[in-house]
Amino acid sequence: MLAGIYGLMESFLPFSFMKYDFIKNSFLAILIITPLFGLLGTMIVNNKMAFFSDALGHSAFTGIALGTLLGIANTDLSMAGFAVVFALVLNVIKRRKTISADTIISVFSSVSMAAGLVMLSKNGEFSKYSSLLVGDILSIQPKEILLLFGIFLLTLVFFGCCFNALHAQSVHEALARSRGVPVAAVDNAFSVLIALIVMFSIRWVGILIINALLILPAAAARNLASNMREYHRFSVAISLFSGVTGLLLSFYNDTATGPTIVLAAAAVFFLSLGAKVVFHL
Amino acid sequence: MKKEAEMEKECRLAAPSKKAVRACGFHCIKVKDLGVKLENEVILEHVNLHIHCGRLISVIGKNGAGKSTLIRAILGEVPYTGSIEFRDVRQKTAEKLRIGYVPQHLNIEKNSPTSVYDLFASFISRVPVFLCKKKPVEEKIKKQLAMFQAEDLLNKRVCDLSGGQLQRVLLSLAVCPLPNLLLLDEPVSGIDQKGMDSFYQTIHRLKTRYDLSILMVSHDLEYVRRYSDQVVLLEKTVIKQGTPEEIFKSREYKETFVSG
Repeated sequence: MLAGIYGLMESFLPFSFMKYDFIKNSFLAILIITPLFGLLGTMIVNNKMAFFSDALGHSAFTGIALGTLLGIANTDLSMAGFAVVFALVLNVIKRRKTISADTIISVFSSVSMAAGLVMLSKNGEFSKYSSLLVGDILSIQPKEILLLFGIFLLTLVFFGCCFNALHAQSVHEALARSRGVPVAAVDNAFSVLIALIVMFSIRWVGILIINALLILPAAAARNLASNMREYHRFSVAISLFSGVTGLLLSFYNDTATGPTIVLAAAAVFFLSLGAKVVFHL
Repeated sequence: MKKEAEMEKECRLAAPSKKAVRACGFHCIKVKDLGVKLENEVILEHVNLHIHCGRLISVIGKNGAGKSTLIRAILGEVPYTGSIEFRDVRQKTAEKLRIGYVPQHLNIEKNSPTSVYDLFASFISRVPVFLCKKKPVEEKIKKQLAMFQAEDLLNKRVCDLSGGQLQRVLLSLAVCPLPNLLLLDEPVSGIDQKGMDSFYQTIHRLKTRYDLSILMVSHDLEYVRRYSDQVVLLEKTVIKQGTPEEIFKSREYKETFVSG
């Protein structure tokens, strides 16, 4: 099957660099990750969870460190497990409303970042993990692409069954509850989904820029959209466009792929902002 | 997704029909000895209310008197002691209370790509609004909005609506499906005189045409006097309740609003 997809890519994308398998892999990964981020980002921005998803990214180091300490061979699992727990605990504290949400998220974010760095830097071994900061999409393997595709499908299913509830609770929690929306359950499920997606893509996208990729396309789409359908279509399209453009540019200019994609998305954001001001959208 | 016939039934009041259902007068909502304590501070205690269908009850009181907490308790948003019962007087049976709620504000800030359709459909339909717009759902929302002369707002962004327009949209949503009790939490803050008049007339029409009770928290004493059937003066507990005339003449009212 993989050979078939490779063949298709070679015939449809007649670039000289397409002859390398690692380029094909990263191209495929971009085709999955960017629409996924575009879709997810819309509701992260809408529900004001930008800071939350950023904190989740920062918890990656601790997840890996804990995995190493506990002797778990696949640190991806410990990373995802830790992030899910982290997200749920944050939600519980957030719901108590005794401390403002941005403060508590910031505290959790810095603690988990620092704890991870302390554990990983013991015996001067941190350099082994520093690639996690910017990510390396060119090293992705077919098995990992398949995993991303699975998560993509999971996200589609979640959006298909829970989108309206998620949107309703973002508009007004008490109103949603009064109409039978299981607000806490939907919020938790969405947080866990964000945690899984962030963790399973962080190796390829990088801790420092993952949030930019989640937020920028949605933020740009907000400048142009007048309803939820436009919002999501624009966001996915902008994300995909920035992903492909960034990958090509990074290949030609020999720069890191993730940050190049972010710059492409940022360019679209500022263009959309300009369009909004000029055309009074 | 709900079947269309079912949706139609639920929103039978959507069409401005001539043979509108009037209040039957046989339902009542009894709030018995309700108390709310938050972080060891008593916010409400011994609140007793008796709400008949077809009535507009206004809750007035100073800031911090517990008016909004009362609404939140009835909604089940805060833990409370005592009971809230919905009864059919003829059959003497307890029924499940269906609440319609109009909040003070929505968490929709400027630049939010949520149209009135998106807002409405998210609450009444399961077809994900980010994916497509369904004709039957759209028709139903239009009918519902038409009850409050708001059908033209269907495709507007919620963040671009004026205060009065938003209240009309929220009212249309709150009465779909028709509730037994409509809760209005300071529904007209930030609306001009003309908007206030039309809002209270709409509420009045709603009350006389349909089988529901309305409980409203309000600061607009003049409108409360003109439109309410019953007024509840709240200060941690019900310190006085009765007809508007009774309340506005009472010593308790003067102590709260005139000298206080």
